[in-house]
Amino acid sequence: MAWKEIEEGAIIKHDIKKSPKTGDWRYMKPVVDKKTCIGCGQCFSYCPEACIDFDGERKADIDYDFCKGCGVCATVCPQHAIKMGKNI
Amino acid sequence: MAPGHSTCAGCGIPAIARTVLAATDDPVIVVNATGCLEVTSTLYPCSAWKIPWIHSAFENGGATAAGIDGAIKALRKRGKISKEKRIQIVVFAGDGGTYDIGLQSLSGALERQHDFLYVCYDNEAYMNTGGQRSGATPYGADTETTPAGKHSFGKCEKRKDLMSIVIAHHIKYAAQANVAFLADLAKKAKKALEMEGPRFLLVLQPCTNLWKFPTSQYVNIGKLATETNFWPLWEYLDGKYKINWATENPKPLEEFLKTQGRFKHLSKPGGEKVIAEMKKEVEENWKRLVDLADV
Repeated sequence: MAWKEIEEGAIIKHDIKKSPKTGDWRYMKPVVDKKTCIGCGQCFSYCPEACIDFDGERKADIDYDFCKGCGVCATVCPQHAIKMGKNI
Repeated sequence: MAPGHSTCAGCGIPAIARTVLAATDDPVIVVNATGCLEVTSTLYPCSAWKIPWIHSAFENGGATAAGIDGAIKALRKRGKISKEKRIQIVVFAGDGGTYDIGLQSLSGALERQHDFLYVCYDNEAYMNTGGQRSGATPYGADTETTPAGKHSFGKCEKRKDLMSIVIAHHIKYAAQANVAFLADLAKKAKKALEMEGPRFLLVLQPCTNLWKFPTSQYVNIGKLATETNFWPLWEYLDGKYKINWATENPKPLEEFLKTQGRFKHLSKPGGEKVIAEMKKEVEENWKRLVDLADV
């Protein structure tokens, strides 16, 4: 980005398309077992990335573009519905 | 606060920011002193913040908030902002920007009774620059500038009692919270954001990188900190102290210490004395807190 392209007033607005895809950092990958997930939202609130959302059936749904694979979701899940596996 | 920021994998700071900000429906202006949160959430030319956000220097988070509060008051007087509309000012700063470098501007802003909420996420050292000791680092911790080895057991001084300093400014509300107890943090944030005047939240934030534990464990280690009475959850409102979480049988402090690499040297011979000293400090703090809460 050249300096001429900066918005006036030096304001930078959030744009998810420009955000770095931190999913590249991942070496362990969390996978949700949708059958055992009860949609309690523990992973949702503890996920540092905010990349876990609910799908249509209120089951945890992970956005792998941004998931760094830290494993917090698998640790806090009371149902053990999230398992960490190799990042393939 | 959106994804795409570059905090370390397994860092709890964004969870603190989101939980605090979700506690209000009013428009919020965020002031961010230099620290982990600031450098990782706003990598040029991107920003992870969907709300107005301003970065100040390390030492003036409080002063920037005071300036914004003054500006809002002036604009209200001129009729440019309606009088009914509440605008929240929330400061996020780390323990370096609060306990040490930012203490003077925080103190000034508290004393002038500006209308803002100050949230300090306390990861107990200057983690952003590689883990140098700060006023918040506990006794006995191995840090970059207090390395443990043959001649030293880590930090030789005790942690600064910031909550007492803050409360001494005659503010209405101050609370100590923990990122592992998000429901408690949300309750305290909501309570604080409904009040006016200066308010203060001190939130423990286990740092995966430099407390040295696996990335998946910040919640468990945060929980242990409270369960061992190392980091009690309590609040101060209008001169009254209240403990929010207590147990009759606190876990032994070793359970908390052994989870982290920064206390690894204490398990070697000679570490017992340091652990005994730490236990004494934890017990004294807890006893003092119980006495205060009884009054």
